[in-house]
Amino acid sequence: MAKVSLTVNGKNVEKDVEDRTLLVQFLREDVNLTGAHIGCDTSQCGACVVHVDGKAVKSCTMLAAQASGCEVTTIEGLSGGGDLHPVQAAFREHHGLQCGFCTPGMIMAATDIIKRHGTKLDEATVRAELEGNICRCTGYHNIVKAILDAASKMDGAAKVAAE
Amino acid sequence: MGIEGIGARVARKEDKRFITGKGRYTDDMVVAGMKHSVFVRSPHAHAKIKKVDTEAAEKMPGVIGILNGQQLADDGIGNIICGWMIHSKDGSPMNMGAWRPLAQDTVRYVGDAVLIVVADTKAQARDAAEACIVEYEELDIVTQPDKALADGAPQIHPEAKNNLIFDWGLGDEEATDKALASAAHITEMDIVNNRLVPNAMEPRAALGIYDDAEDHYTCYTTSQNPHVARLVMSAFYNVAPENKLRVIAPDVGGGFGSKIYIYPEEIVCLWASKRTGVPVKWTADRTESFLTDAHGRDHITKVKMGFDANNNIVGLKVDTIANLGAYMSLFSSATPTYLYATLLSGQYNIPAIYGNVRAVYTNTAPVDAYRGAGRPEATYLLERTMETAARELGVDPAELRRQNFIREFPHQTPVIMNYDAGDFEVSLDAAMKQIDYAGFAKRKKEAESRGKLRGIGMSCYIEACGIAPSQAVGSLGAGVGLWESAEVRVNAVGTIEVLTGSHSHGQGHETTFAQLVCERFGVPMDSVSIVHGDTDKVQMGMGTYGSRSGAVGMSAIMKALDKVEMKAKKIAAHLLEADEADIEIENGELKVAGTDKSVPWFQMALGAYTAHNLPDGMEPGLKEGAFYDPANFTFPAGCYICEVEVDPDTGTTKIIDFVAADDFGNIINPMIVEGQVHGGVAQGIGQALMEGTYYDPDSGQLLTASYMDYQMPRAEDLPNFQLSTSVTECPHNPLGIKGCGEAGAIGSPPAVINAITNAIDNNDLTMPATPQAVWTALHNKGGSRDDKNQFDRHITKAAK
Amino acid sequence: MYDTKYHRASSLDEAAKIFASADDGAFLSGGQTLLPTMKQRLAAPSDLVDLTHIDGLSGVSVDGDTVKIGGLTTHYEVNQDNALSKACPALARMAGWIGDPQVRHRGTIGGSLANNDPAADYPAAMLALNATIHTNKREIAADDFFTGMFETALEEGEIVTAVSFKSVDKCGYEKFRNPASRYAMAGVFAAKAKDGSVRIGVTGAGDDGVFRWTEAEEALASNWSADALDSCDVDSSGLMSDIHASAAYRANLVKVMTKRAVSSAD
Repeated sequence: MAKVSLTVNGKNVEKDVEDRTLLVQFLREDVNLTGAHIGCDTSQCGACVVHVDGKAVKSCTMLAAQASGCEVTTIEGLSGGGDLHPVQAAFREHHGLQCGFCTPGMIMAATDIIKRHGTKLDEATVRAELEGNICRCTGYHNIVKAILDAASKMDGAAKVAAE
Repeated sequence: MGIEGIGARVARKEDKRFITGKGRYTDDMVVAGMKHSVFVRSPHAHAKIKKVDTEAAEKMPGVIGILNGQQLADDGIGNIICGWMIHSKDGSPMNMGAWRPLAQDTVRYVGDAVLIVVADTKAQARDAAEACIVEYEELDIVTQPDKALADGAPQIHPEAKNNLIFDWGLGDEEATDKALASAAHITEMDIVNNRLVPNAMEPRAALGIYDDAEDHYTCYTTSQNPHVARLVMSAFYNVAPENKLRVIAPDVGGGFGSKIYIYPEEIVCLWASKRTGVPVKWTADRTESFLTDAHGRDHITKVKMGFDANNNIVGLKVDTIANLGAYMSLFSSATPTYLYATLLSGQYNIPAIYGNVRAVYTNTAPVDAYRGAGRPEATYLLERTMETAARELGVDPAELRRQNFIREFPHQTPVIMNYDAGDFEVSLDAAMKQIDYAGFAKRKKEAESRGKLRGIGMSCYIEACGIAPSQAVGSLGAGVGLWESAEVRVNAVGTIEVLTGSHSHGQGHETTFAQLVCERFGVPMDSVSIVHGDTDKVQMGMGTYGSRSGAVGMSAIMKALDKVEMKAKKIAAHLLEADEADIEIENGELKVAGTDKSVPWFQMALGAYTAHNLPDGMEPGLKEGAFYDPANFTFPAGCYICEVEVDPDTGTTKIIDFVAADDFGNIINPMIVEGQVHGGVAQGIGQALMEGTYYDPDSGQLLTASYMDYQMPRAEDLPNFQLSTSVTECPHNPLGIKGCGEAGAIGSPPAVINAITNAIDNNDLTMPATPQAVWTALHNKGGSRDDKNQFDRHITKAAK
Repeated sequence: MYDTKYHRASSLDEAAKIFASADDGAFLSGGQTLLPTMKQRLAAPSDLVDLTHIDGLSGVSVDGDTVKIGGLTTHYEVNQDNALSKACPALARMAGWIGDPQVRHRGTIGGSLANNDPAADYPAAMLALNATIHTNKREIAADDFFTGMFETALEEGEIVTAVSFKSVDKCGYEKFRNPASRYAMAGVFAAKAKDGSVRIGVTGAGDDGVFRWTEAEEALASNWSADALDSCDVDSSGLMSDIHASAAYRANLVKVMTKRAVSSAD
């Protein structure tokens, strides 16, 4: 058994788990955060994306033990307890989700994309950056739209905040 | 239209839980004492089970029980069946082989379930599953449908000689032959409609809970139709009587048809829960989904279309072999027959049509309805043939179609369907305008200067949705009625719950269904809740597939709303001392027309429940139910045009532009309709360019059993889509709506392939048109192909 | 995944020690290939030795002509490194094209090289850049390092600590991805050294893993232009053939990608 001690959405979590426990299993089964989903076995679909120390990773391709000592943010903690995060709001506004299964991973990937690219985001970049997230419902059209809109709104908000 | 009523672009009510990670899917469910299961599956495509030894596995850590097919049979659990009877041309009923939820003697495809292992954790269950010893005697196999029919092919079920399930025909063969004999020109094609894996992002799952104190079962499962699941598991599989079986389909992560059917796993989990005394959960991993979800399509077809000297179609004859896999899934027989051949007239006046369909068993996963189901197969062959005919006849493909359009409605086709409304030319013109059809030659030239081959292709589709009139489908062999039910409960405080037998797994029913109520009573969206997916809550229902939730499900709600409205007006008239006929409902108030007298909606509702002052003889309460059985199918139609550029060096196709002009009748929420088209078109483009499902013909192993080998469309593979809609109202349902869920997947594949064959000037191309396939077609012009399925050809070559 | 034991090493020595005492150990860095393989029960190491907490094995340094990249440097870090983007822009771009953003945040150059997947990107670059692979025991020339599909010159317990190479005059990388897996189906790294010599590393196509296309190297050494490849043809007999691409198609792709890599070289 491995002793895993980490921060999930700002709260300390300490558990003993089998060494082979994946981070996504740990989050879903031991922390009862079921927002991260498991959609494939080959680390390709991205339904499980969370942030570890501020970077988007696939929680199905990391052991819980590897994450020990890290800060993990999941879809449940993205808005920090406040209103919707701008990316969440944009997904709703632009109908960027249908069945909702890929959505948590998609939104966590999107916030990471926006963080890395900021205002330089364009449609082609968003599409390329969604390489690791598969959606079967939306044809991506509205997801791309939502991410671009959220990026421009977040940039606007950041400018206002800076003034 | 109010801001939340019919036609409004209302953001979805259900989104909040999904975007915050609070959706509740089957695998998210945890109940006290719950244990995990893993199925031991056949690694062989066809084999006799010689011996099963689970002794060592049963002693492994955490193992609670390992159960087999004999025990299942001992407990009287029945065979999985196909619920639609098809009769062959000679009048004989279809030859259905036995499908045991856990195989007893013979396994017939890779993935066939043999044992269930229940353990404390999923990892322990998998460890033990690997330790189960099953000895097999391998048998000869066949994976390709045409080869399955050949003399001497391996016999898969004793009931189906030469693996033939049925040999069925629709239309007038003699008249069609005569018409073709008189034709001035005949276009002939060999068409392969490639097998697809549906790939809903949520893998299938089931949680079976047996309560011995009540002798009652609960099943959480990934279903598009929980009531149908309960009905079938009760009536046919003998799991439990309906009153002792509750089926809950909570949030379901996409279906596309694959979650209509009742699979072995939910039956076995329920049964295993009783056998082991613990709640049993099973969740598929992705490869298990690839192996065991019902696949889609898989037709090979010969087409002959005849034209007179003026380019009018005189007749159409098709001969199809449909691969149904190793077992007949729930609606597998209906898909290549009544959902397929009935659409062979397309948008065209065709005086004589004959379709022959032979359905066959092979050692592959069962095939059933997948988004579009039969209609994509019909559309693909028709629209490729029309495009090819235009090229052969030297006329513009758009104009050949236009010339042959049906223009008068109702129109009785020679293949059962009676089209009740449509205007195909409007869609054609809209699509041509949007893509600037006239400017294509210039764009092609410009692309040439960049070394790219540009092509344009179109497709005019019609589909039959809103399945379906119960009496009609009953006469054609359906085992169930295809009505829908609704109940509208007005609570004492005026809030409203709508209980529906439709099931939302991405379609946004919680929003669109509520819009109907907002429109009708002027109440805020927030005061309306849609309840679905639970057989203990919702009266009865037939579920969601075949683009039926709008046309059939909403119509049931409309009927129930009519009844509520009638009673509400009676109560209000009584309270306001007015004539019932003078009561109008507006903005949450019931008003006496032309006066300032009114009673708020909530007060009327309260009155209904206090029952202190109701009209004489009126029952208290305000709750009404309705069942709606449609009078006809609905007929969405449209025109899709695709423009591509092919890189001749690599064979890569890039979709530059995709235009969809649809007629869905009236639209409740345009935002959601657009989303449905986007998703459908993406799946159609996936079929056309990317998605190939390949079994090794020698071993029967699925070679494309994960995303490492099965290409799912990704964001970078797709363009933005340009959509438009026009409206001819469906004349027979109260909303005038037709349905929009499948159109995208139906109309797009031929448009894409027509564009590529136009670009590379070689019509010898099958789906999926992968870069390798296109590159080969480009560099092999005029070359002969002995096998139309390039993939099979490649495998054969690789195997040598 | 089969049961395994996770260890976190804080130094190379400790990592080697844990590995030596394990029945069937494996080193874990980003884990982006190892963990999926374990999840599918295709690999079953008894012990995993996590290297990522060892100091000093991460980062890029450019010192005059010499570029050195620590074994634990992630693909993301390689992609983002400003000095590398100037010294060897094609390599930085290549790193930004591996897998997907989430994989790039975890996957490392050392892990990729030690695994030597026949469709991985880095091996092609290392061959073309005539790189040296540094381990906790020795230095190995790239030409000697890649010994076959998933095979390297690494001995049991040997850890890739860094790679180094001399910056080149020009280099470019182009790949044609397997449409499903998105690994390279033909990935070509073309490099022209400052002495004018040319090395072409090809991944994703070879039956035996990454290889150098010497015919093209010779043609390009005398004429560094895409046109110089017109008369060259890849021998398809040594190429992989699978359901996604026949050997003949792969041979075509290698040539096309080589031309494009030369054209895009900077």
